[in-house]
Amino acid sequence: MTVGLIHYIVVAAVLFTLGVLGIFLNRKNLIVILMAIELILLAVNINLVAFAASLQDLVGQVFAMFVLTVAAGESAIGLAIMVIYFRGRGTIAVDDVNRMKG
Amino acid sequence: MIQAIAFYIFASVVIVSAALTISVRNPVHSVLWLILAFFNAAGLMVLVGAEFIAMLLVIVYVGAVAVLFLFVVMMLDIEVARVREGFVRYLPLGLALAAALLAEIVIGLGAYTAGGIELARRAAPIAAEVPNIEAIGRVIYTRYLFVFEGAGLVLLVAMIGAIVLTQRERKGTRYQSVARQNARRPQDAIRNVKPEIGQGVQL
Repeated sequence: MTVGLIHYIVVAAVLFTLGVLGIFLNRKNLIVILMAIELILLAVNINLVAFAASLQDLVGQVFAMFVLTVAAGESAIGLAIMVIYFRGRGTIAVDDVNRMKG
Repeated sequence: MIQAIAFYIFASVVIVSAALTISVRNPVHSVLWLILAFFNAAGLMVLVGAEFIAMLLVIVYVGAVAVLFLFVVMMLDIEVARVREGFVRYLPLGLALAAALLAEIVIGLGAYTAGGIELARRAAPIAAEVPNIEAIGRVIYTRYLFVFEGAGLVLLVAMIGAIVLTQRERKGTRYQSVARQNARRPQDAIRNVKPEIGQGVQL
């Protein structure tokens, strides 16, 4: 029972699917949606690192680092927007976001 | 053998804690499950030899992002009962979309294992004797220098953006006016008087 690339890809696929499912299930809670996006990015990172190891190429790890950077910035900005939205409306339910009537 | 056991432990804990992250009732518990998922993903990455990414996951995600989430969850006053509305309503749609995505990944995986597409040659082959962190440092400070600086710029913009967004002026609070303080000159502020004896001082 050796662990190969396929095992890692399966774990990443399951994580990615769980993240997408989390976005759909938690329509009333923006925080959990942001966490689901973090899960999706984690799945992407696992894929990048697994392929980096499989192909013996460091670039995958370097790009995993960049994905991590963007994820950190995204969650900071997302949480800031959510905090000011909560201040104004008193709710973080996604279904109630219709201020711009878009 | 020990690698396989470690892999299966890490992978199962990652998947279970990810499922609990998106399904538990309390957002605080959700953040804690997310932290567990990141820890075990770091374990997975150590197993495959990416020590630097594993360290980044623990330091950046568990140390910074998850704590940020925890702060925000505790700052906002969320009614847990209202938050759960619509969970069942969106379940079929979410499951259908998740199944479609999973099917796409499985198809891609099948194609890859059936031979795949011949990719370009390696951009930065891993040297066997150099430690992981040193090798990554050699790559990002030479070939990917500008991308690396761009990542720094992204973080700077995110930091400034978060501060600007959440800053607010409170009514009824006195703020320091730096411009007024700097514009004040000694000749405007100081008066030299020589009062007569017994007359008192005019203030």
